[in-house]
Amino acid sequence: MNRRSSLDGGYAIFMLPGLLAFLVVIVGPFLATIGISFTKWNGVQPPTWVGIDNYVNLLSDPYFAASFQNTFVLLLAMVVIPTVLGLLLAGLLYSFVGRRFGPRTASFFRAGFYLPQVMPVAVAGVVWGWILTPDGALNSILQGVGLGVLAQNWLGNPDLALFSVMGMMVWFQIGFPLVIFFTALQRMDQTIIEAAALDGASGWQTFIHVTIHQIRPEIFVVVLMTTIATFKVFAQVFVLTRGGPGTATYVPSYYTYLNFFQKDLVGLGSAVATVVTMVVLVVAVVFINFQARRDLAKES
Amino acid sequence: MAANITITEERPVPRRSRPGRRRSIRSRVFDVVQAYGVLLGLLALLVVMFAPFAIIAINAVKTPTDLAANGPLSLPQNPTMDNIVTFWNAVDFGGALRNSFVISLLVAVFATILSLLNAFALGIGNVRGAVWLLVFFMLANILPNEAIVYPLYYMAKFFGLYNTQLAVVIIFTVIQSAFGTYFIASVMRAFPREILDAARVDGCGKVQLLVRVVVPIMSPSLAVLMVFAFIWTWNEFYLPMVFLISNSQYTVPVAVAVTQGQHMMNESQVAASALLGVLPCVLFFLLFQRTLTRGITAGSYR
Repeated sequence: MNRRSSLDGGYAIFMLPGLLAFLVVIVGPFLATIGISFTKWNGVQPPTWVGIDNYVNLLSDPYFAASFQNTFVLLLAMVVIPTVLGLLLAGLLYSFVGRRFGPRTASFFRAGFYLPQVMPVAVAGVVWGWILTPDGALNSILQGVGLGVLAQNWLGNPDLALFSVMGMMVWFQIGFPLVIFFTALQRMDQTIIEAAALDGASGWQTFIHVTIHQIRPEIFVVVLMTTIATFKVFAQVFVLTRGGPGTATYVPSYYTYLNFFQKDLVGLGSAVATVVTMVVLVVAVVFINFQARRDLAKES
Repeated sequence: MAANITITEERPVPRRSRPGRRRSIRSRVFDVVQAYGVLLGLLALLVVMFAPFAIIAINAVKTPTDLAANGPLSLPQNPTMDNIVTFWNAVDFGGALRNSFVISLLVAVFATILSLLNAFALGIGNVRGAVWLLVFFMLANILPNEAIVYPLYYMAKFFGLYNTQLAVVIIFTVIQSAFGTYFIASVMRAFPREILDAARVDGCGKVQLLVRVVVPIMSPSLAVLMVFAFIWTWNEFYLPMVFLISNSQYTVPVAVAVTQGQHMMNESQVAASALLGVLPCVLFFLLFQRTLTRGITAGSYR
């Protein structure tokens, strides 16, 4: 009895360093940010309590509105397009290229599409900034193939800037869903696919009705993670456009950065940060709940 | 299995699903053409993916006059290292590489240790409220940087850690361990119970159990976590930019991105800076390609 109990209970002490570090670096600062959001503070003089004024002001703040509007548009480039393309590419590489040309060929392509994912976003931003300048490579390519009329000031035109940033995002993001889905296909039960083929389903039908259904958990995770990532977008905008022209590419992270470190509006910045964090947490909880309920419904 | 096949055998099966049987040469030719068409399409897409890197590379070694005269798409007429050397010296890029390496390595090691300790208590020890603690770590993992950055900035100034790499190491150790705890704890759920029971019977203490039994068995997952923590920390931008403000403290992404506006850099030097920012990651990619392309679904911090 005595010998057994040496391993029962008393493990909490192992978490002590981790939990303490957590309280100091994450929980404490997060609660402080919420607290500061109810004050007016320039970061130097003592803060003054203003209640919910910052939040009320946000309701009519055009920068705040633009930040969130842009974020919803960015969902297209961060979540929707990469997920759909990732699914198609993973399916094509695994079921077609892998079978016809061998798994090494499929792995080669997978690795190639994944490469941007190992770059710092900030560096990828510098790469694309270079390509998208008015006399940069993209316009040169367009002129080279006789489409010079399509040449644009990609990042300087307020109607285009957001879409140019989005182009870079798709390029950057695509590798993530691809590797997740590819790994999911590898663990998938192949007999179901074979059964579908025997039942006369075409490759495309099998993909839509069987494969996608089978890897739903991974699709769910990818959509959740990329959605959260969308609300955190910072480096792309900081490097490529600094939110401009005007507010064309403002995002919440960048707006809080400006408030904190350029305008010394720490209270307002904290209010924006609190709103973004709440949105992210709600998105995560709703997603996870939805998934849990679906799993339950499936079991019963 | 056999039953399945006999059932389907009774149904009329469209020809398409039975490759190789009684098919005309024409449809076989079509198949081959289709296969290589798909392969070519994928290759074209891959070229598009690589094009930005290629364009940066050829322009990094091109003289500014060459660029002005022949544009960004022509091959360099007399390749030069001048742009790269100029940028390297302007920002002390060797120093930035060193800073990034030291910060990322320390974070990878400390975050892995911290994650292991947390996960040991949660996964093996099954401490009270383990599920809620895991949810807590997971939610902490998805907090945006701006939710914690200002109080951390204030604290760092207060404790004299502002503009030191130590501040960045501490912050990222904790941030990466939020993900790491979740990741390692979920792998530990599959830890073979018999081994734990055997250790129990042998009267093995907890520390011994952790060091002698759990760590060796978990080492592949710990290595995966280290690789990801290293690369994610290397790639971070927001917090290092806020906390490291002098040139000598810059990490690679900060050195590349922030100096764009600070120095009087010409276009060729910007291309050189981008190339220098990309190259270390290509190296990591080649080293850890297998680990990286398996993907981690338990969560990510980007």
